[in-house]
Amino acid sequence: MATVESTAASATPAAPSRLGALLHAIGLLRESRIAMLGTFLVLFWVAMALLAPVLPLLDPNTPLEPFKGPGDLARDGETVFWLGTDHKGRDVLARLIWGSQRVLVWATLATAVAYVVGMLMGVAAGYLGGWWDEAISFVANVLLSFPVMVLYIVIISALGASGANIVLAVTFASAPGIMRIVRGLVLDLKTRDYIFAAQTRGEGAWWIMLVELLPNARGPLIVDACLRLGYTVITIAMLGFLGLGLPPPDPDWGAMIAEAVPTGAFALHAMVVPAMAVSSLVLGFNLLADGLREISLRD
Amino acid sequence: MAAAQPILECEKLNISYFTRAGEIPAVVDFDLKVMPGEAVGIVGESGCGKSTVALAIMQYMGKNGRIVRGSIRYKGRDMTRMSEEELRQLRGSDIAMVYQEPMASLNPSMQVGRQLMEVPLVHEQVSEAEARERSLEMLTNVRLPDPRRIFDAYPHQISGGQQQRVVIAMALLSNPSLLILDEPTTALDVTVEAGIVDLINQISEKFGTSMIYISHNLGLIMETCDRITVMYSGEAVEVGEVAEVFDHMRHPYTRGLFSSIPLPGADKNARPLIAIPGQLPLPHQRPRGCYFGPRCGYFQPGRCDQGLIPMTGVAGSPGHDVRCVRYAEIDWEAAKPKRQNTVPPPPGPVVLEVQNLKKYYEISDGSVMALIRGGGVRTVKANEQLDFVAREAETVAIVGESGCGKSTFAKVVMGLETATEGRVVLNGKDLAQTPVQRRRPQTVGLLQMVFQNPFDTLNPSHSIGAQIGRVVKKFGVESDPRKIRQRVFELLDTVKLPRDFYYRKPRQLSGGQKQRVGIARAFAGNPKVVVADEPVSALDVSVQAAVTQLLTEIQNTNKTTLLFISHDLSLVRYLADRVVVMYLGYIVEQGTTDEVFAPPYHPYTEALLSAVPIADTRVKKKHIVLQGDIPSAVNPPPGCPFQTRCPRKLGAICETELPPVRTFGEHRILCHIEPAELLKMEPVIQILPERGAA
Repeated sequence: MATVESTAASATPAAPSRLGALLHAIGLLRESRIAMLGTFLVLFWVAMALLAPVLPLLDPNTPLEPFKGPGDLARDGETVFWLGTDHKGRDVLARLIWGSQRVLVWATLATAVAYVVGMLMGVAAGYLGGWWDEAISFVANVLLSFPVMVLYIVIISALGASGANIVLAVTFASAPGIMRIVRGLVLDLKTRDYIFAAQTRGEGAWWIMLVELLPNARGPLIVDACLRLGYTVITIAMLGFLGLGLPPPDPDWGAMIAEAVPTGAFALHAMVVPAMAVSSLVLGFNLLADGLREISLRD
Repeated sequence: MAAAQPILECEKLNISYFTRAGEIPAVVDFDLKVMPGEAVGIVGESGCGKSTVALAIMQYMGKNGRIVRGSIRYKGRDMTRMSEEELRQLRGSDIAMVYQEPMASLNPSMQVGRQLMEVPLVHEQVSEAEARERSLEMLTNVRLPDPRRIFDAYPHQISGGQQQRVVIAMALLSNPSLLILDEPTTALDVTVEAGIVDLINQISEKFGTSMIYISHNLGLIMETCDRITVMYSGEAVEVGEVAEVFDHMRHPYTRGLFSSIPLPGADKNARPLIAIPGQLPLPHQRPRGCYFGPRCGYFQPGRCDQGLIPMTGVAGSPGHDVRCVRYAEIDWEAAKPKRQNTVPPPPGPVVLEVQNLKKYYEISDGSVMALIRGGGVRTVKANEQLDFVAREAETVAIVGESGCGKSTFAKVVMGLETATEGRVVLNGKDLAQTPVQRRRPQTVGLLQMVFQNPFDTLNPSHSIGAQIGRVVKKFGVESDPRKIRQRVFELLDTVKLPRDFYYRKPRQLSGGQKQRVGIARAFAGNPKVVVADEPVSALDVSVQAAVTQLLTEIQNTNKTTLLFISHDLSLVRYLADRVVVMYLGYIVEQGTTDEVFAPPYHPYTEALLSAVPIADTRVKKKHIVLQGDIPSAVNPPPGCPFQTRCPRKLGAICETELPPVRTFGEHRILCHIEPAELLKMEPVIQILPERGAA
């Protein structure tokens, strides 16, 4: 924080490194235990997803030996089913880790698309105001008045179960909420002098919205994005559970739970393990969001 | 010393905040003594710890603040050792506090009267009827018009000045022995401020309440206090009687403060303000020895940087203490500002001409009641009949209080709004109907603006370089990225900022530095006219002087016309060549600075001049306190805009007819009073000959 006055005013100074700033920001996370725990949980699953191709895992889609318990040996006497197998004899650990890759990819993608749409709606409604605001807010209110569950089922059953349609469904359900947050932030930000300054130098509406306004709304939005990532993970798991998720046979956490339900207590691990995976990832995102909020409020 | 026991005594008070960065000592070894019936002023710039002292007296420092050492004794009892319950009894009944923002001190969902009644109900367990009686009486005591209506009103239904009076009434209801006022008038307009100051002075006379008055404004301290404590970087540097300290200041920092405020006699060309170099050190970066050392012109290595400097009494004047080892050696007479001879460029041809400018807003009322009544559209007359010219290299000040239409006028000139009627001619071209999007980039570059709030003027997300560079590119000054960069570096040189600020983000800059960047940005397109909307009002006085000086220098080199919008008449007198006084959308008076500041006056200008506190014991002012508040532009009074508050109102004619413009050469006054009568007015401000050394 030291204010170093430059002695050679005429010299052309060099640009400072961005890496340093990034490391400093990560360092701040250490101030909140909650944020550290959340980061750990999220990073754990991200690492699993990234390492899935190189880990010595069994094939997630090949039926081997059904109903093996956690830690059981295979018939060859060497292979260990660390988390057991499901009713079809597929290795739960392999399915869990490959499943983490799928859920993280689609949850991130869906949230990102919802954010792009929601932010554009919000910034336009907030900054342009008037007729734009009324139209966009009306659309958002109509979408928000649908029960989310019905919205998902209608969209997916009409268009078919695929990753792209999940993204679409999540966007429809989340964008109105994001729009409201962004609109609120923009209504406050647009009264600042720097917006006035941009207007008085004749900047266009797009420039002001995208360059002057949105970057300053990022603080609360990052926290909200973490929370929303968690919700989207739940949504994807729920859709998988209802059979509306990503198409089989690739592993999907929600579908894994659904498949294990009929066997009940006979293969409880096949149900409990993916359920715990969903909870831990969602918990990770929520704790991270809480921690970030806590850090940002501290002085 | 007096035999009476002091109401409050702070001894060797040390207060620290505990944050991320560790312990931050906000106040160091602070002593304060308040005698019964005495008003003590604490003055200092932001970050000097004056508000922390107030909060510490209330024992109200939040989670991370703590008194580390020292004592605060209230009537002999040590407050640092009291239990929470004892403190609660004391707060609000024996010690009351008035904060800066009145709206934040009042509960918006409770009627004013109920909030007042709570005080005697809670502290003295009186009956409802008696509480009501006393609350109403107190509302009368703080001279609120129509106390019964105010009693039943909600806070948002009364004006800012009235709110502050209610807060003061609430503080006085428990009949406290000590009243702490923390910048009580900073959020108010000058004429309203004058009323509050008047009230505060009456309180000390009538109730004998001791007061601690915290302010950054030396003039206000002079008008309200008996003794003064000057604070710098967490410690008291000078203590004494107000008159003594003001006339014979013995600390270089106090001297610096006085040299950087525009007192009568200062002149931007002959006797410019002298800013204090450098900036306030952060609490954990305070230097060894004298905290003011690095910024002090009398700094002597080996003496000023050795250990703590004690408070010493000034020889020959009891009660006057100073924290400086060299005070006795400094030749204070020689240190007075010297005359300079800067010759400004003479005013050139007319650059900007405003002719009969009108700006009306229509606000539509969508409520059901409005639909039933058939109304629904009301007109806000923000600007009426604005007529004036600005010449090249000239500074024209537009003066007025909130709601006078000066900001609307700026918006119309900048093209963010179009005029309802009239012309704004820049370089021979009428821009009144051309919004900024339809102006050519060069035209936009000719007319730029410096904004008021340093914390808002720069976009926090982008680097300084990117923000200035964008303007250079936008106005077509340069297009090659390398040349843009070079131009930005030159602009940073012009505003005297180091070049590596190019890569800084606004949050890494102080308020004054941000304002310099704002000036660099405004001058990036080589403008002909710069509109400066209160460019220094949010800055500390020592920084104000530097930024004002910079603005004048750049203006002189570039021969720019400066439209200086301000409510600060001292600064206007110092800076402006011509003055335009606005009230409720009208220009009530205009002329050269000398003409406006001397009789004949418009009655409003006269009151405004009288209301401005001046930190100079030699100045004698006429005492004019306006009644009431500025009317709303939605519902302006008929006839003369000023008739509702005018102390020189003639009668019915003022209420029915718009006054004629009385002209005295270039000097024009909008008033019904005959020119001959106007000429008989006495000057508001008189400077008495300097008192001999005591």
